[in-house]
Amino acid sequence: MGSFLARRLVQAVLILLGVAAITFLLLYCLPADPAVLIAGRSATPQMVTAIRHELGLDQPLVMQFLHYVGNLLHGDLGRSYTQKTEVLPLILARLPATLVLMAAGIVVEVALGLTFGIIAAVWRGGFVDRSVMMLSFVGVSSPQFVVALLLLYVFAATLGWFPMSGFGTARHVVLPALTLGVLGAGWYARMVRSAMIEVLRQDYVRTAHAKGLSGRRVVLRHALPNALLPIIAMVGIDIGQFMSGVVVVEAVYGWPGIGQLAWQAIQQVDVPIIMGVTLVSALAIVLGNLLADFVAPFVDPRIRSQ
Amino acid sequence: MRVLRELTRRPSALFGLIVVAIVLLAAIFAPWIAHFSPDDQLADGLSLEGAPLPPGGGHFFGTDTLGRDLFARVLFGARTSLIIGLVANGVAVAIGLLVGLLAGYLRGTAGNLLMRFTDLMMAFPALLLAIALAALLKPSLWIVAMVIALVNWVQVARIVYTETRGLVERDFIVAERSLGAGNSRIILFHILPHLMPTAIVWGTLGIATTVLLEATLSFLGIGVQPPQPSWGNIIFESQSYFQDAPWLVFIPGAIILATALSFNLIGDALRDILDPTQRGRL
Repeated sequence: MGSFLARRLVQAVLILLGVAAITFLLLYCLPADPAVLIAGRSATPQMVTAIRHELGLDQPLVMQFLHYVGNLLHGDLGRSYTQKTEVLPLILARLPATLVLMAAGIVVEVALGLTFGIIAAVWRGGFVDRSVMMLSFVGVSSPQFVVALLLLYVFAATLGWFPMSGFGTARHVVLPALTLGVLGAGWYARMVRSAMIEVLRQDYVRTAHAKGLSGRRVVLRHALPNALLPIIAMVGIDIGQFMSGVVVVEAVYGWPGIGQLAWQAIQQVDVPIIMGVTLVSALAIVLGNLLADFVAPFVDPRIRSQ
Repeated sequence: MRVLRELTRRPSALFGLIVVAIVLLAAIFAPWIAHFSPDDQLADGLSLEGAPLPPGGGHFFGTDTLGRDLFARVLFGARTSLIIGLVANGVAVAIGLLVGLLAGYLRGTAGNLLMRFTDLMMAFPALLLAIALAALLKPSLWIVAMVIALVNWVQVARIVYTETRGLVERDFIVAERSLGAGNSRIILFHILPHLMPTAIVWGTLGIATTVLLEATLSFLGIGVQPPQPSWGNIIFESQSYFQDAPWLVFIPGAIILATALSFNLIGDALRDILDPTQRGRL
């Protein structure tokens, strides 16, 4: 058990190194020369050479990579081309807003996904099951930006229940969180359903029914905890989906998080910011996977004894 | 043929097939169906106040903010979306098959390295990686397709890897090898055919993901560039007018949804038909 977690930890570090290598290579293959971009239009060739030297761009590839990783470890994600400031503080300043949005999105996703997944599993094969599964397919097939604009059109522009955009009050969170949660809820519902069906077939569930426990108690207290395990293992992929969704949702709703930062950077081809957000997202995904590995033994004693 | 017959027996898959057939026909025959060119800014395409025209009258889907016929743009947009959907996803499935098959067959250090690389790619959020790639390259139809292929092969590789690992241990492969069959013969004639159902299922489900990803990239302005129409960039161009001209956003939006949903429904049904052990999974 301990050695398993230690191995996962080493793996996570290696993956992060690989992530750094890929973002570095992407930056390196950049068609535009960063020194030219930083120097500006009126720069002389001498100035560009000086900046190139200052940035270490005249050194061999391996040295540049080591330098890059060293910088990353010091929290230096480079400087924004357009805002002329460090990337990390820009990201950190916007991280809280994104975390609020993601937390709200996860609540929507889990609440909808668990409810529909359990309902479908309990009445599996019937009309309810088929409708819920159809609905979940609609959820996973919806383009998020269209859902975002539709919710805005109906609930903000027409009914006026929620503000069009912005950040600050609880009412601002509702529509973005719904948009973010719906897609994941579709996947969750399907996963919860198949995990629940697997568990509901087991002998101990039949025993629970046989001793006369109510159906609700068997489903929620006996079956559900065991069905949750594969869902916890999905948390890494889930965070990935969320990080992707955040860019679209924040762009549409004008939510001042790192997704909006990335979206604005796209418009200005501000590559260091895009890479910074990508790195932070990859870090979040790796940490999420690691967290799932560490939480799983607490949820399921069978893993602890292995 | 048996598969097609089974597909048409399921209402949801039949719905999917019909929608996909309509979209495919629309894309192929776009120049003959559309009364207008998708790029023409029509003289009567705007109201007297300069606003786009709502659906109805001479323009089936209305006109956009530049006075272009939306129906024509959606028809030609179907070409873009389907080309990217088919090409990008075809390439992604091919890469996934190759990587997964090699990793599962070779095992050892080479196989391990391939799978660690796959794990590494899993650590990137697909959309952000695609954004980073698209921002570095000048987006065009084929670049967008390649970007999507580069981020979407990972899942296929993982599944193919697991299946190949299982197949390699099976008696008929061991027997084949003891009879003196070479690696390429075993892979081509004995392993690949068993992977075909997986490839077909993911080849279908993946089109849904690809169509959505292309639409999202185009919506963010780094996908297919206007004036070449794609369903995503039609919405990108008109998003700020969605209150006054909702049809410009929600007609292409509904078409993206219907197309992605249809490929998902067909893929799901194919999985049930081709691999009964997976029935009811996800």
